[in-house]
Amino acid sequence: MRFKLEARPAPSRAMRYYSPLVAAALTVVVGFIVFTALGRNPLAAFHAFFVQPVSSLNGVAELLLKAAPLMMIAVGLAVGFRANVWNIGAEGQLVLGAVAGGGLALYFEGADTGWVLVAIVIAGALGGMAWAAIPAFLRNRFNASEILVSLMLTYVASLVLSYLVHGPWRDPQGFNFPQSKMFDEATLFPILIEQTRLNASFLIALAVVAVGWVFINRSFVGYQMRVSGLAEAAARYAGFSAKGTVWVGMLAGGAMAGIAGVGEVAGPIGQLTPSISPGYGFAAIIVAFVGRLNAVGIVLASVLMSLLYLGGESAQMQLNLPSAITGLFQGMLLFFLLGSDVFINYRLRWARPARVVLKEAAA
Amino acid sequence: MDTLIAILIATVGAGTPLVFAALGELVVEKSGVLNLGVEGMMLVGAIAAFAATSATGNMWLGVAAGMVAGAGMALVFGVLALTLQANQVAAGLALTIFGVGLSAFVGKPYESVALQAPQVLHVPVLADLPVLGPILFSQQPLVYLSWVLFALVAWFLYKSRSGLVLRSVGESPTSANALGYPVIGIRYLATLFGGAMAGVGGAYLSIIYTPLWVEGMTAGRGWIALALVVFATWRPARVLIGAYLFGGVTITQFFAQGAGAAIASQLLSSLPYLATIVVLVLISRNPNLIRLNAPVSLGKSYHPGG
Repeated sequence: MRFKLEARPAPSRAMRYYSPLVAAALTVVVGFIVFTALGRNPLAAFHAFFVQPVSSLNGVAELLLKAAPLMMIAVGLAVGFRANVWNIGAEGQLVLGAVAGGGLALYFEGADTGWVLVAIVIAGALGGMAWAAIPAFLRNRFNASEILVSLMLTYVASLVLSYLVHGPWRDPQGFNFPQSKMFDEATLFPILIEQTRLNASFLIALAVVAVGWVFINRSFVGYQMRVSGLAEAAARYAGFSAKGTVWVGMLAGGAMAGIAGVGEVAGPIGQLTPSISPGYGFAAIIVAFVGRLNAVGIVLASVLMSLLYLGGESAQMQLNLPSAITGLFQGMLLFFLLGSDVFINYRLRWARPARVVLKEAAA
Repeated sequence: MDTLIAILIATVGAGTPLVFAALGELVVEKSGVLNLGVEGMMLVGAIAAFAATSATGNMWLGVAAGMVAGAGMALVFGVLALTLQANQVAAGLALTIFGVGLSAFVGKPYESVALQAPQVLHVPVLADLPVLGPILFSQQPLVYLSWVLFALVAWFLYKSRSGLVLRSVGESPTSANALGYPVIGIRYLATLFGGAMAGVGGAYLSIIYTPLWVEGMTAGRGWIALALVVFATWRPARVLIGAYLFGGVTITQFFAQGAGAAIASQLLSSLPYLATIVVLVLISRNPNLIRLNAPVSLGKSYHPGG
């Protein structure tokens, strides 16, 4: 008697919704075990990690503040992932968007109209798109893996940022610290809730999610992307441009990552520094998967992921655990999601070994 | 001339983690499995080795710990991708993200620990040869082991029966299954081997190359190793050459900075990544070359029992 994975006659709709919940639950369970193994009271740790961060208005504001870039990038990535275009370099595109937008913000030092902010956001989107265009072009023209190229470019992007803040764009009054000048009031996102850091980029994120949903589910291009991912041969037969799919997939992610980057530097950070993102580009990949590449799921998943970030910081302060515990949980969440996703298309069966009955052949 | 020899000596050392990781991944991909988690496995191997070495003072225990840690990560990937049939690309990415997080978490207490610098092993007579002596025969013991590994992998894949079976699993798992070979079992073994080798590559980085621990210290070498396997069109000898080429590019930045070149240090640091993109483009632009050399079932889930 042993387990067998048997293909279901049709994918299970229930599991499609439950799988992220199962994954989240398993992550919490394993989290309990991890906390215990580290010598912490699991319930207290659970409270510190998951409940404490959001128990005040400021906490909720921080939750939404971190969820905004995650949901933006994840929606952009989802457009590509649905078409099997793997944009893994969102982190680099975020940095380039921040560089483009931040550079414009520094240029507009002393301006005082609201349109400057619009220009900065557009610049950020263009910066991210430009960085994403490189792997897209190389894939279309030379068949180079967009996964590896976009990943290599993330390292290059952070080196570009490092060069700029150590050199040409360094604040002359900054005591030689590698940072740019602080951005002017007009070039920063307006705060939404008093006494918090939640700014208008959250509204942009919500708008992006709505537009993304419409694009994926109701537009013809979105339809082409979905078909390319689900049935490549059918898409080819229908004449959908494979190259166009790669372009749209990569540029969507790049634009969103770029705007998210602007949201960070023209928001809570307020300037360009060598490190502007705690791995949002990679966390957004997890958000996209956990959210089932679907706008509503992505919003929920981004809130969960944001909670994991806040929980890590809280764990560091209250439980004396390294905040890197966040990365641990994020990875576990994705593992469990991939594991429970299996049960959408397969089910577990106890298999009894077949009993073979031999018959004598009639002479 | 002396500078050139110094560069070449350093190149061999810099290329060694790539040799280990890429040869391991080569075996994995030859069996048809695409494990993108090399970066995560290298980091976990690096911290495991660092922790073991700083606790026991024994470098070889550290290497062994790195192997076990890397294989353990690979086992998780194997369960996801081979038993549960999850998408191999997504599972590999998950492994990387998890490995980065796990190594950062476990490594926090070790961030300001320094290890004893390891000793070079001079081969008795050969190390005195004029040019080749210092370059090839005055290296760390793990470097010599990496060459042994290369020879073993090359022999295993192309001269042994088991290697033939492994390659057949990668080319046509259904045929191999029809012949009675346990496809999933063979892929598991290959995956574990790849994980162990990535762990050794990471261990080399944290124990020997720079005997300290920094979060994310592999700096993308795992991804470069993946690109190397493609660049080498899945052949061991080319993997070795490619690894040393990349080692050379990595070393160049240090020597150029040391020589006071007027190029920004960040541009020099980005050379290995840009070089990776260039070689990927060069190799991938010929789709026939890829199609002829890549294992046919690479990345595709295999469903036992049809």
